[in-house]
Amino acid sequence: MTASIATHQTILVVGGGIAGMTAALEAAECGKQVILAEKTPTLGGRTSLLYRYFPKMCHPTCGLEINLKRIKGNPNVRVMTMTEVTAVTGSRGNYRVTLKIKPRYVNENCTACGDCGKAVQAEIPNPANYGLDKIKAAYLPHGMAYPQRYVIDPSIVGTPEGEAAKAACKVGAIDLAMQEETVEITVGSVIWATGWRPFDANKIQPYGYDRYANVITSLEFERLADPHGPTGGKLLRPSDGKEAKNIAFIQCAGSRDENYLRHCSRICCMATLKQTQYVREAWGDEGKSTIYYIDIRAIDRFEDFYAKVWQDPTVRFIKSKVARIAENEANGNPILHGVDTEGYHRYANEHDLVVLAVGMEPEVTGVKLPDDIVLDSSHFIEGSKSGGMFGAGAATSPLDVNRAVQSATAASLRAIQVIHQTASTEAA
Amino acid sequence: MTTANEKAIAKYKNDFLREVEANVEDGHWVKMCMQCGVCAGSCPLGPHWEHSPQKIFMMIRAGKREEVLKSDSMWMCTSCYNCIVRCPRKLPITHIMHGLANYAHRLGLAPQGQPTREIAKLFWDNLIKTGRVNELKFSLAMYFKDGFSQGIKNAMAMQSIGLGLMKAKRLNPLELFGGHACKDKSGIQKMIAKAREIEDRRRGLA
Repeated sequence: MTASIATHQTILVVGGGIAGMTAALEAAECGKQVILAEKTPTLGGRTSLLYRYFPKMCHPTCGLEINLKRIKGNPNVRVMTMTEVTAVTGSRGNYRVTLKIKPRYVNENCTACGDCGKAVQAEIPNPANYGLDKIKAAYLPHGMAYPQRYVIDPSIVGTPEGEAAKAACKVGAIDLAMQEETVEITVGSVIWATGWRPFDANKIQPYGYDRYANVITSLEFERLADPHGPTGGKLLRPSDGKEAKNIAFIQCAGSRDENYLRHCSRICCMATLKQTQYVREAWGDEGKSTIYYIDIRAIDRFEDFYAKVWQDPTVRFIKSKVARIAENEANGNPILHGVDTEGYHRYANEHDLVVLAVGMEPEVTGVKLPDDIVLDSSHFIEGSKSGGMFGAGAATSPLDVNRAVQSATAASLRAIQVIHQTASTEAA
Repeated sequence: MTTANEKAIAKYKNDFLREVEANVEDGHWVKMCMQCGVCAGSCPLGPHWEHSPQKIFMMIRAGKREEVLKSDSMWMCTSCYNCIVRCPRKLPITHIMHGLANYAHRLGLAPQGQPTREIAKLFWDNLIKTGRVNELKFSLAMYFKDGFSQGIKNAMAMQSIGLGLMKAKRLNPLELFGGHACKDKSGIQKMIAKAREIEDRRRGLA
């Protein structure tokens, strides 16, 4: 690949989740040249791993499909998957960016027929299900993957398994000699849509996420509810596959806590309210959701959804931050200990399954970013000193999909302004 | 002559939170509590308290002055620091508890006969006499705090430990007569009296 794919009138979007796709599309549909760089093998990011959206309870596949269609139809966007930004130098209107492209071992010939997957026996933890199940080492990341192209996991390259995959491919798409590449490009503006990751629940020692199989995160619960998830959409708990009907949700698992994340992650209250409706969907009146909370933060129009869930007799609200979780060794049930704030009652409640509503941490936490980038105290991106780089989506603040898209559109407009000013300076 | 308690009531009227902020060590943190309840749930002695820390903080904000200052809760704290470690807002809960206990004691409202408080008083009185802790006298004072015959019983029960300590030269029976002291005994006592005077003045109780 050569550097000629971009000029200082190009916008680089880092991250191909819902915010990055939106930012790239908004600029491309205004006629700007855009490079969309995504670290993983597919676009869609964490949005594609959700079962349903709040508050309308519709499926993310719908919105993603529209965006993917727009990307496919727009020659101004160049999508680069398995690509990471390793360095940025220069200034507003003229950045030199170094990109590192990891080998996919599968080229453009791939038709996603799946023959390589059938030929391979080795399995890896499935990234699309947060490792809750396994997937073949020659795999399509998920049904909505874009590009619809298989990936060969590096662990089988150079083994008979890799050769078997190559032999099975009828279209010559597998190239086991692919190497990691580094390219340098020039761009006028950079949009950082690097997104978020769930806070590492292992760090919350009293909750025993690392010790108890039946303590899971809200992201893992999304996968349990999803028909493409490890249980085929059944709410079965990890320890023994028993039907999980009595489910506890613990809010602020990591958020609003000086020991972990200082900020309110904002979406977790709504995510939990939404997930209680998965329980209702699965078990009807037999399901039981208990929400342990400090206070419910269902902002503006979400209040209606909160009010609706509040009316649901299968959902119980306990105003208390759970102090610790123990395990009933006889049946594997987690036991929640704490004191509530409405009457100061001490409780020890047993549930089938505990879902930790984990907080949002910027994906770039711990990553060395260009010195030019300005971060807030929680490592969310505020902007850049030179004024030519912008944050978008959940990289800038804990945002839901809707607000991430708004943020991305705003960032795109700012990037377009930079490109326009660059162009007019050149013309003068 | 008005008591310390009457002075405090006159000064702060019904604003107990302000009174706590001004007079209790780390009291200005009380308003930062967001009532999540992790302290109460994390306290190893939690089930034995009359009021959990989170409830005490709410009671302070609600102006329940008498109930807070007369509570035995802050005297139950063993300073394990679990609450401070777990508090999502990093309130120095242990310190506030001790501060409240100290203030309630100063005002003469702390619960009478509460064992932790009794021991703390005996320890303090023992210490300021010579500037050194006299362990023999402190032990005897504890044995005899509930009367002479109970004291004899306690001393008999601990006899073998006492003799063992003596044999190991960890307990000198001559300490009963005066005992060792710091070099400037009266200097220490004056210093403590002065510190008390300054603190009382700051609290408006002088």
